[in-house]
Amino acid sequence: MLITCPYCGPRDVVEFTYQGDGNRTRPDPASTDLNAWNAYVYDRVNIAGDQNEIWQHSGGCRTHLAVTRNTLTHKISSVRSTHAEPPAPPKPARKKPRAKA
Amino acid sequence: MAETLSPLDTVLRAGRYANTAAKIGVTLSEVSPGSIVQVAAWPDTEAKVLEGIAKTTKLKLGGEPGAGAVSGNVAAFGIAPGRFLVISEDEGLADRLLGAIPATVGSVTDLSHGRTAIRIEGEKAEWLLAKFFAVDFSKAKFPVGRGVSTNHHDVFAQIQRRTENCFEVYVFRSFARSFWKALCHGAEENGYEVR
Repeated sequence: MLITCPYCGPRDVVEFTYQGDGNRTRPDPASTDLNAWNAYVYDRVNIAGDQNEIWQHSGGCRTHLAVTRNTLTHKISSVRSTHAEPPAPPKPARKKPRAKA
Repeated sequence: MAETLSPLDTVLRAGRYANTAAKIGVTLSEVSPGSIVQVAAWPDTEAKVLEGIAKTTKLKLGGEPGAGAVSGNVAAFGIAPGRFLVISEDEGLADRLLGAIPATVGSVTDLSHGRTAIRIEGEKAEWLLAKFFAVDFSKAKFPVGRGVSTNHHDVFAQIQRRTENCFEVYVFRSFARSFWKALCHGAEENGYEVR
């Protein structure tokens, strides 16, 4: 499997370290909501398909990367530095006006 | 400055080895630069860090990944976003860089005693490196001055092309002896010289 690091270019997966699910949102550090912390630490959606993941190019430039990888095919559809702005969500398609009868 | 002790002292023996009947295509040696310094910019200060490096070393680095330059006894190349490795044969480079790059612009870390520099030169230098690293070292993709951060198993390495047939590899000194032995084994089939 190759991961295309935004700085180094395509590199073998052995240069990278998997750092976990990229869908989690850390609760406010001051939060005492045990359910929220439990969900953050343990709950995983385990998607069969495109999954957001965090990787680190530990054997290269050491950048942390937000990667979208298909868990069924290992195809990687996007890679960006976690410091870079996430891409804007696609705009909803405009509905075609109905033709008058 | 304290005298640098080489981790290769017990294994580096000058001479010709292995397939000496072949035309020796690669020469291995240890380089002992006076200074190896890492310079890192803050998120919005990369241009100022490059100015500081240029002011101190007269080397002008491009902003693109891995861009580097070699001139006289100094060399520098990009190792990560906003991070650069600067090498000089002279001691005291870190202090000179600190004069040009204050803490508000970036951080300067003296790695001189933490890295071992190994020089690989000769017609087969590219061939030998390609045995160890999954990186394209061809002249078109990896011209003189360019650098790269990569690893061979757990041995992290930063590599710069110094001339057409000469590369310098910077490895953690604790891995240097093991990596040196691996390099020698890799070069055996073609024969190699140690200087």
